[in-house]
Amino acid sequence: MDLVAENLVFRPENEYHLNNVSFTMTRGKLYTILGRTLAGKTTLLKTIAGLIAPDSGSITYSGKEFGSLPVWKRNVAMVYQQFINYPHLTVFDNVAFPLKQRKVSTATIQQKVSQALQQVGLQGFEERKIQALSGGQQQRVALARSLVKEAELLLLDEPLVNLDYKLREQLRDEFRGIFNSGLMDQSILIYSSTDPVETMQLGGDVVVMDEGSVLQQAKAQDVFEHPADTRVALIANDPAMNLIAGEKTGGMIVINQAIRMDVPRHLKSLMDGRYTFGIRAADISIDKEGDLWEVELSEISGSETFIHLRNGEHSIVGLLEMVKDIQIGEKISVQFDTQWLYAFDQKGDLAASPFQKAD
Amino acid sequence: MAKIELNQIAHTYDIDISNPTYALEEFSITWEDGGRYAILGPSGCGKTTMLNIMSGIVHPTQGRILFDGVDVTATDTSNRNIAQVFQFPVIYNTMTVQENLAFPLVCRGVANSRIKEKVDEVAETLGLTNLLRKLALKLTADQKQLISLGRGLVRDDVAAVLMDEPLTVIDPDLKFRLRRKLKEINEKYKLTLIYVTHDQNEAMTFAEQIVVMDKGKIVQVGTPRDLFEKPETTFVGYFIGSPAMNLFKCEVASEDEVLFCGAKFKTSSDLRSVSQSSEVQMGIRSEFIQVASEKSENTIPAKVKMIDDCGNFKLISAQCENFEVKVKVNRQMSISQESLLLKFPAEKCCVYHGEKLV
Repeated sequence: MDLVAENLVFRPENEYHLNNVSFTMTRGKLYTILGRTLAGKTTLLKTIAGLIAPDSGSITYSGKEFGSLPVWKRNVAMVYQQFINYPHLTVFDNVAFPLKQRKVSTATIQQKVSQALQQVGLQGFEERKIQALSGGQQQRVALARSLVKEAELLLLDEPLVNLDYKLREQLRDEFRGIFNSGLMDQSILIYSSTDPVETMQLGGDVVVMDEGSVLQQAKAQDVFEHPADTRVALIANDPAMNLIAGEKTGGMIVINQAIRMDVPRHLKSLMDGRYTFGIRAADISIDKEGDLWEVELSEISGSETFIHLRNGEHSIVGLLEMVKDIQIGEKISVQFDTQWLYAFDQKGDLAASPFQKAD
Repeated sequence: MAKIELNQIAHTYDIDISNPTYALEEFSITWEDGGRYAILGPSGCGKTTMLNIMSGIVHPTQGRILFDGVDVTATDTSNRNIAQVFQFPVIYNTMTVQENLAFPLVCRGVANSRIKEKVDEVAETLGLTNLLRKLALKLTADQKQLISLGRGLVRDDVAAVLMDEPLTVIDPDLKFRLRRKLKEINEKYKLTLIYVTHDQNEAMTFAEQIVVMDKGKIVQVGTPRDLFEKPETTFVGYFIGSPAMNLFKCEVASEDEVLFCGAKFKTSSDLRSVSQSSEVQMGIRSEFIQVASEKSENTIPAKVKMIDDCGNFKLISAQCENFEVKVKVNRQMSISQESLLLKFPAEKCCVYHGEKLV
């Protein structure tokens, strides 16, 4: 029961929205499509749903050609960024709608709608009108409606993006509970997001997209530990991974002539030459022994301090634990924790990671 | 550039005011000249209403607004000299960047030479000099938002810049560039900046002082550090910080201790004002809880339920008797055992009585 896409291309007005997209997705699993705005996430979901016809390429579902099937024959449910519900109907009727369309018996409707409302935490809201609900509740109604359909493909297009920060956090936990409850074993779940932390927390497999292309498909942790290239390293980290051009020569890594570091053990087997080195914000610390960087901006986020630093043409972001009082314009000495240093080759592909491959 | 005072302001949108529901309950606040502020709260808390009252879009049901001591309550928006930046860039797509920036001055009949001087200066500050001849349509979202801001800055007489969720449409990696520009402008022009958002991270990283609102009320005003370390209400503890502050029901045991899960815990609160055995809540941030190696003061055994790898950190969900505890730890910490000993450092434990910090 696989959903297989091969070489999907969608190129309206000579601009690639999907550029040779291929993947295989398996029933009972959750997939997150991670990418910035305009990466092609929504286009891909709409193509799977049948709302967009690709210019070329194919989609099959359990071996059968899917591309020519009209939307209503695909057994797909979709939850959008905007809270899409029938404003004139009650919560119950909104959720019951797809079942009524299928002429399901009243008793079954009653039972399935109650079950779905319970899953999304809206029992007791059956008779409420949609307008009387908050944004978070409206999005739960949309999710409940997609659950009762028992669709084989459940597509969620950045469903939390229009909610308040705190509500997003709460609903993300709830969604994860629903996804893991076993109810979705008969479906493929595809969830799109711009947020790397959300992607990590949801778990499952991640498809990283940029400018219409799939850059990497792997387990969430694998994408974190082994980003396929520099673009993935930027997209799949918040803050984005710091990337700095430099050279490995002998036992040293040299950046900007002035900055020199001993080559850490996991990079010793790399050939000497030019690389792009990657280091996460959290692996940068203030240390008297380090190199001098100028503070461009210092920001506090409660328990942490972000520092934006510059040295010549290089700028990096550091994430320090706890609140630190650092002035803009100040020169501070900074150390890279090189045991967590990545190396990417001249093309931008991963050359070495600080993590061992799991397999 | 002005000091803005809101005196005993209250507002209701109800037409019949015999028994109104207040969108903003009575409050007074002063925004100091040149300050960098954020108004933070969930949807419907009244933050946009407060902003609209300052700009004059909404006329308050009650109270007075003073700009540098001058009463402007009855002054309409166009005469208040407020610059506003909205969620989506409001610019003229068919004009060049230069024309967009010059527009407010052209409308006011300012001399051409002065317009050029001002536009060049603002463009330089915002890093838009190379784009002056470009059509606004061709710019990225963050550049467009800079123009919205620039149009406010070209005027000499701006009292304050009010911003309503200005970074919503900006990609995460560009947000910091805009925040940095805002801070530079704040320094350079000594402009009062007021920034409305529901996103705690944006508020914390932008502002010197944050006004937290809930259900039409100001619940706390403080620095990002105050709000994080000493939330004055359980709402602020929940709303600021990710995850929310851990809160546990417990009883007062002595002048600085509570009884939690059968053991006494030392806290940072002076509990003499609360009677013995009163039901209170102990709050502690997940960042401050430590994994201890041996039993000592304020330690408690916990069962690990789940470990979330969030990239930069790990989030442990653990169970202490009937309570769920969230603990944020370094990503590199390996947790293999099912039971842990957790330490709640006394100086980080706050006590809440009736949802307020004791």
